[in-house]
Amino acid sequence: MALDELKIGGMGASRRRVEDNRFIRGKGRYVDDVVLPGMLHMEILRSPVAHARIKSIDTSAAWEVPGVRLVLTGETMAARNLAWMPTLSYDTQAVLATDKVRFQGQEVAAVIADDPYVAKDACSKIVVEYEQLPVIVNPIQAQDPASPLIRDDKANQTSNKVFDWEIGDQAATDAAFAQADVISEVDLHYPRSHPSPLEPCGSIADYDRSTGKLTVYMTTQAPHIVRAAVAMVAELPEQMIRIISPDLGGGFGNKVPIYPGYVISILASILTERPVKWIEDRTGNLISTGFGRDVYLKGQLALRKDGRILGMRMHTVSDHGAFYADAQPTKFKIGLMHSTFACYDIPAAHLVSEGWYTNKAPGGVAYRCSFRVTEAMFFQERMIQNAAYDLGMDQAEFRRINLVKDDMFPYRTAFGFLTDSGQYQKCLDLGLEAIGYSTFKQEQEEARKRGKLLGIGISTMTEPLGAGNSREYDIIGIKMFDSAELRVHMTGKAILRTGAKTQGQGHETTWAQIVAHELGIPAEDITVEEGDTDTAPFGMGTYASRSTPVAGAAVAMVSRKIRAKARKIAAHLLEVSEEDIEWELGRFYVRGNNERGVTIQDCALAAYSNVPDGLEPGLENNAYYDPPNLTWPFAAYICKVEVDPETGVWDVLKFVAVDDCGVRINPMIVEGQIMGGLTEAYAMASMQYITFDEEGNCIGANFMDYLLPTAWETPGYELYEVVTPCPHHPIGAKGIGECATVGGPAAFVNAVVDALQHTGVRNIDMPMMPNRVYQALTTGKNVSGMPPVLAG
Amino acid sequence: MYPSRFAYDAPKSLAEAIAILDRNGGEAKVLAGGQSLVPMLKLRFAAPERIVDINALPGLDYHRLDPDGTLRIGALCRHEDLEYSTILPGAFPTLAEAAALIADPIIRTRGTFVGSVCHADPQGDWAATMIALGGRIVAMGPKGRREIEMRDFVLGPFTNALAYNEIAVEAVIPAARGTARGGYLKLERRVGDFATASVAVALDMSGDTVTRAGAAMAGVGGRTIDANEAMSVLVGKTLTEESIAAAAKAVAAAADPRTDHRGDLEYKRHIVSTFVTRILTKIASTEQKAA
Repeated sequence: MALDELKIGGMGASRRRVEDNRFIRGKGRYVDDVVLPGMLHMEILRSPVAHARIKSIDTSAAWEVPGVRLVLTGETMAARNLAWMPTLSYDTQAVLATDKVRFQGQEVAAVIADDPYVAKDACSKIVVEYEQLPVIVNPIQAQDPASPLIRDDKANQTSNKVFDWEIGDQAATDAAFAQADVISEVDLHYPRSHPSPLEPCGSIADYDRSTGKLTVYMTTQAPHIVRAAVAMVAELPEQMIRIISPDLGGGFGNKVPIYPGYVISILASILTERPVKWIEDRTGNLISTGFGRDVYLKGQLALRKDGRILGMRMHTVSDHGAFYADAQPTKFKIGLMHSTFACYDIPAAHLVSEGWYTNKAPGGVAYRCSFRVTEAMFFQERMIQNAAYDLGMDQAEFRRINLVKDDMFPYRTAFGFLTDSGQYQKCLDLGLEAIGYSTFKQEQEEARKRGKLLGIGISTMTEPLGAGNSREYDIIGIKMFDSAELRVHMTGKAILRTGAKTQGQGHETTWAQIVAHELGIPAEDITVEEGDTDTAPFGMGTYASRSTPVAGAAVAMVSRKIRAKARKIAAHLLEVSEEDIEWELGRFYVRGNNERGVTIQDCALAAYSNVPDGLEPGLENNAYYDPPNLTWPFAAYICKVEVDPETGVWDVLKFVAVDDCGVRINPMIVEGQIMGGLTEAYAMASMQYITFDEEGNCIGANFMDYLLPTAWETPGYELYEVVTPCPHHPIGAKGIGECATVGGPAAFVNAVVDALQHTGVRNIDMPMMPNRVYQALTTGKNVSGMPPVLAG
Repeated sequence: MYPSRFAYDAPKSLAEAIAILDRNGGEAKVLAGGQSLVPMLKLRFAAPERIVDINALPGLDYHRLDPDGTLRIGALCRHEDLEYSTILPGAFPTLAEAAALIADPIIRTRGTFVGSVCHADPQGDWAATMIALGGRIVAMGPKGRREIEMRDFVLGPFTNALAYNEIAVEAVIPAARGTARGGYLKLERRVGDFATASVAVALDMSGDTVTRAGAAMAGVGGRTIDANEAMSVLVGKTLTEESIAAAAKAVAAAADPRTDHRGDLEYKRHIVSTFVTRILTKIASTEQKAA
């Protein structure tokens, strides 16, 4: 008898997360929980100013503090050729500043001491003399030819421009605009945000001179990339480098880059021959590590009166901070911005992007998204909504006309992506029904009579998740595939390792479910391990919703390899030829005689005790998976809000999320991902941004200024599901971890703008704080563009 | 959290606590709920040589009414005690409404009313209610006990009138003469955020006539704004659309907001006016229902 898949925790089981057993008991083992004998502690001194020449650094008083073992400056780093390091976008970034500081919070010196209190005390004794320079806090200032050159360290850099990039067919797009009945325009800013994992970054470097081995415990989402980078930058042999990424308290893209603190702690351990722990504080995390977004958009749609979109133009201007340190595939300069409008059937499109250096923290990480896809989909959905208004057409109907239809797959987008599956219309209709769209206009009218403003915002999008394939996607030259290794022990239990790295996604639970699905080994019999480069197979890590599309596929493929070998063993045990063996979940049996069979556990035992001649003993294997395409989940998010016109305060009355991420491995975890993502979307829409004053002081350097929503104000969500299996993924799954963060913000903004649209308002930049909504409402004008210049 | 080094005492009696403060000549700091002091230690904005933890002092965790209705709140009474108080609703509506809006539920379990008032944060909620209600602080020092009127207690941002060797042991809030009416409204971006603007209103009413009118504001000035004088336009009046509008205008004029990332000063003034109007209109409708 085949096993009941749900009972063994296979595909589709809402199995409780096994990792939570330790997390909810406070038994997680994060980097800061690791204590090594003789360990020293490191503190980083950061620049208080945003742009200044360093005239001198006097560390003598710091050296005199009892308990201080080492003080490092840019000069010490430079002596070992480590003052600068490469970024993930082929730029360079200062490890410790030598010539200038280029943003507030930049690393200037480091103290290594017996305890963290002493290290911090001694940091305050370092005297740095700064000669302040003019500060650039946005790309508009950076564009001014008279602006000071931030990157005067680069030989051929003559302006503050980072890059120019374009894609699409300009001539065809111009032709489409020439034929348009209506041209709809949007001008907006997606403000700078920060992933803010609850655990900030940190490392413990442990260099053992006697063996030559360097072990680094590190908060990283991609340990193998770090190992390769350390091997190249520090010129250490790769087999002597072991990166261990233990439990991570969230990542959201923030823990993809390699930060100066990691590099400094490694050098400090080499110099002191003792383990050196560096744990960033909250402010350090917020002001110096990878941010998200900070992109300006001018967008235009060419429209025909009947509602068809003829063409699309986008011009983005992005702020990259002082170093171009975006984490993204090599081929692209502004990530996958050109995945915008992928769910709409648009004949012609043209995207022009320019990037600028400013005196702000570097990063541009994919904050819970697939490389700038959040911006791409936000811009898309803001443009779509305003186009409907400009046409005088119902916003749902306008989407319906332009969405790619089910029979059009595979569909090649104007920018060249190939979307392969989906039921867009069905998802939209399901959402509209759930929100009560058919009676909304009436409801809205009645509310207006009572002085209340209601609005509905829709956001529909498909996004590219799961980089590779390796033809198009690599990071610093390393191709984007992933891996899994499965060892089945003789008692039928197993250990699975992958090249991904869980940071809250629940891999320890879901990977076991895939193995259970493929082999019939109960999920509870499978241990999942990730994050140790000495034991895990090579992989590109976890970000961009790539774990299930890539590593998850590798888990299915390695399980199938194991099953193929087990089949040979089964044939041997059943004394029939392999061709006469049938498989059902958990067991092989003789064709035509279901009673006569052996379980996968029987095969496992035999693999170590009764191996047929000519077959290698053991039952283990690995698989490297290079996906043929990205996966394309679809979402329809619909939000209903009520705006208080006297204060500008807005409340979510209802939020409906319809997600099609293909086959769901663990529905509970999928729903958790969606709710978490929507909450991050709500945060960005309502309260969250990192801004800077004219002097480059970061406003948002702690959780009093950079706000995370609590359960108190977070709205409830109604979730719905549509399943269109991914045609190329071995188990039909698509990425889901980031859909809600990507598609969510536009639903909130569209809803508030919809409530105000009768006044002529077409845009309110995020975060839509009550004062901005009130300003829009009382002036009837957009609140767009530049972040406000702050008075104090 | 790696604060600067400090010595730590947890005295068992008030006399001992005062003696420690006295001996340390201004270098010691009192720790009660710690919800403001600890973050300041963490950020090293505060670096006292000695912390005097008063949590072990007996008999300070009360809030109670005197026979004449005067409310007394001890130095270790937590926000949460007031949130769930059965004493406040009815007799002290301004405090009852504010109690549910103090910071967030986690902070409310630890933070203290008196500590919040002593912290004198221009955005502190309780200081505003104390001013609107005409409360006072009881201080104990080496020379004994003294009472400080709330309007004299907050000297400026984060500065109070306590001497270095004094501990605020109690807040005293007089009972209303007649019927107590009032309310507290706060605009914040998120629970626990500092107020963009908040307004405390406290009225004593005799029938439908206002006999005493108090108001104060947080978040709209460099210190807690005392708007009692502005609010006095209501004294002797009934709550009508006209009198409410006059009060709202007067209180808004007393605000001294600055433009920042929470909003510009006109917006904040507008919020003050809206909140005063909302609180008074609600009181007026309650009065109507009662009549």
